[in-house]
Amino acid sequence: MELDFARQSHLIWALLPEIVLSISAMAVLLAGVWKHEEGRPQDAHWLGGLALAGLLLAAVANGWLYGLSEVGRDGIIALDGFRLFANWLFLLGAALTIVVSFTYVERQRLQVGEFYALILLATVGMMFMGGTRDLILIFLGLETMSIAAYVLTAYNRRDRRSAEAGLKYFLLGAFSTGFLLYGIALAYGATGTTNVAEMAVSIEGGAGLSGLLVAAMGLLAIGFGFKVAAVPFHMWTPDVYEGAPSPSTAYMAAAVKAASFIAFVRVFLVAFEGVYTSWFPILWWLAALTMVVANLVALTQANVKRMLAYSSVAHGGYLLVAIAAANQMATAGLLFYLLVYTFMTVGAFGILMVVSAQSEERLQLEDYSGLGWRQPYLGILFTIFLLSLAGFPGTGGFMGKIYLLQGAAEAHLWTLAVILVLTTVVSYFYYLRVSWYMWMRPAEGGAGEPGEDSAIFAPLPMRVALVATAGIILFLGIFPGNILDFAFVSAQDLFPPASGLIGGGP
Amino acid sequence: MAEILFYVFAAIAVGGALGVVLQKNPVGSLLFMVVSLGSVAGLFVLFEAHFLAAIQVIVYAGAIMVLFLFVIMLLNLGHDYRADLRLGFWSVLAFATVGGLAGLLARQFRGAEESPIYQHFPGPAALDSLIVEQGVVGVIARPLFTDYVVAFELTGILLLVALVGAIVLAKRRV
Repeated sequence: MELDFARQSHLIWALLPEIVLSISAMAVLLAGVWKHEEGRPQDAHWLGGLALAGLLLAAVANGWLYGLSEVGRDGIIALDGFRLFANWLFLLGAALTIVVSFTYVERQRLQVGEFYALILLATVGMMFMGGTRDLILIFLGLETMSIAAYVLTAYNRRDRRSAEAGLKYFLLGAFSTGFLLYGIALAYGATGTTNVAEMAVSIEGGAGLSGLLVAAMGLLAIGFGFKVAAVPFHMWTPDVYEGAPSPSTAYMAAAVKAASFIAFVRVFLVAFEGVYTSWFPILWWLAALTMVVANLVALTQANVKRMLAYSSVAHGGYLLVAIAAANQMATAGLLFYLLVYTFMTVGAFGILMVVSAQSEERLQLEDYSGLGWRQPYLGILFTIFLLSLAGFPGTGGFMGKIYLLQGAAEAHLWTLAVILVLTTVVSYFYYLRVSWYMWMRPAEGGAGEPGEDSAIFAPLPMRVALVATAGIILFLGIFPGNILDFAFVSAQDLFPPASGLIGGGP
Repeated sequence: MAEILFYVFAAIAVGGALGVVLQKNPVGSLLFMVVSLGSVAGLFVLFEAHFLAAIQVIVYAGAIMVLFLFVIMLLNLGHDYRADLRLGFWSVLAFATVGGLAGLLARQFRGAEESPIYQHFPGPAALDSLIVEQGVVGVIARPLFTDYVVAFELTGILLLVALVGAIVLAKRRV
């Protein structure tokens, strides 16, 4: 079936995954109220299962969309591989987060129904960010996602740090949204349209590079830079990631960041394709600064959750290299990397939840001493996630970095590629330090501390999720071919063959 | 006449916005914001966007501002914040940035009609004929429910998220 958005009914088909997911979010919300009994903790498994069913239905709808095509390449809803791949990422991130969150949510007595409904609605927002060609819709999707993320950050009402993190995130996020919105307004002024495809046509067909467009690109880069936590707009990240409940942190680090990158790519690579040379330096510096600063600061962190927050900023830097490179290989690398990154981030935060006994304690490095010998399965899994985050050969993280480097090399971004490799080497130190504590250090304060370890509890869904993620990371590290081909084909739609390749860096 | 009015409204809008930032009392800031939004409504009238002007007054200058005022008074925030506001490096930087951006915009829009920016937009004549054809409300309503219907629906989801979030964070018993 070919979709033509001149007919409104076709919008419904094109937006089927989003619609299915919105409806299931509302169903979860209602079910949460229905099952609510005063003074009793809610059953997270039941509501979480409902949310997972909704995600599964949306995934089916997303798969079904592969059978459709669209008229032209400038409809407000994109029906290209890039969008559908991005949707897989978001659905996967949400599903993994929900699976690892069951016990945490119950033990912390969070309000379950709303928690899962907000995750689903945030996912709807992300799908709009990645799946539309209209800046107004991208902005609305981003706001839907962000507001849900602010609430998820401040979700634990009994924890002051959670409230503080939520307020910080909300104030700074609202501030950065202003930049984004003003950028959109100026881009509209400069090109006369809010549709990214028509924007590209308008820029190539005479509108050219005006001061207005430069200001618009700068403001948009600031707005997106904040959302992807690029240095120097990363100041909120460590505090917010540390203060938020761990499942929310996992979700933010994985899916929220992925969605911001997807929108970033579509806006800059499609709409501003014609003026690549003028926005390229901004992205170059953002990428370089992010990689260097985040990795150096991560070295000094003694709190594992905070260290993972800086690590997430650093990964944002690697991904910014792909946007600066702006070619199909780099975009495919970005998609592949985001996929691996979703697995390893949620996995690492899942382990964090287990070790901290499904709460927010025992997050210091010392708490991991000797853990590997006392909890060998946990130790091995965490080591796999850490090695993958560090980019060790044989893991998905390594292959992801290879593809990012390949993209950078195709664009001749040698300096950025060198910085990427060097900062990766630096990152080995702080990732492997955790492993070193786990395997090489004896447990402090008495042998084994059986009393404390009894608090370590990994329920079945969590165990299944962790083992599966670790398995997929290793699989992607050894046989990346199929998935990369898939990512490459998905990225193709952003680079129409007619317009030729944008090449050349400095 | 219209030109004089434009400058008057524009000056009041900018002055009101400055007042919002410079006032030390939140209630004072809020009243300046009403002034600023009201004069923007005046600008809309000058551009013959009468419906938009009415909405601006009813929704922004009216409902939302009253809501803000209620919140400030209920939370008893109506006192001064002298200690927090200092003329330091950051405020100078902020004003410099805003000034620079304003200068850039002014340069872009000067010289008016030949500027490439104006090629993208229908002129006043095209707008007038549209208004005659579809009415003042129709000019806004038609695109809202046809071209931008997805945005319209998505706004509903956005409001739902905000509502659920506000209830979760503010409800008395958890």
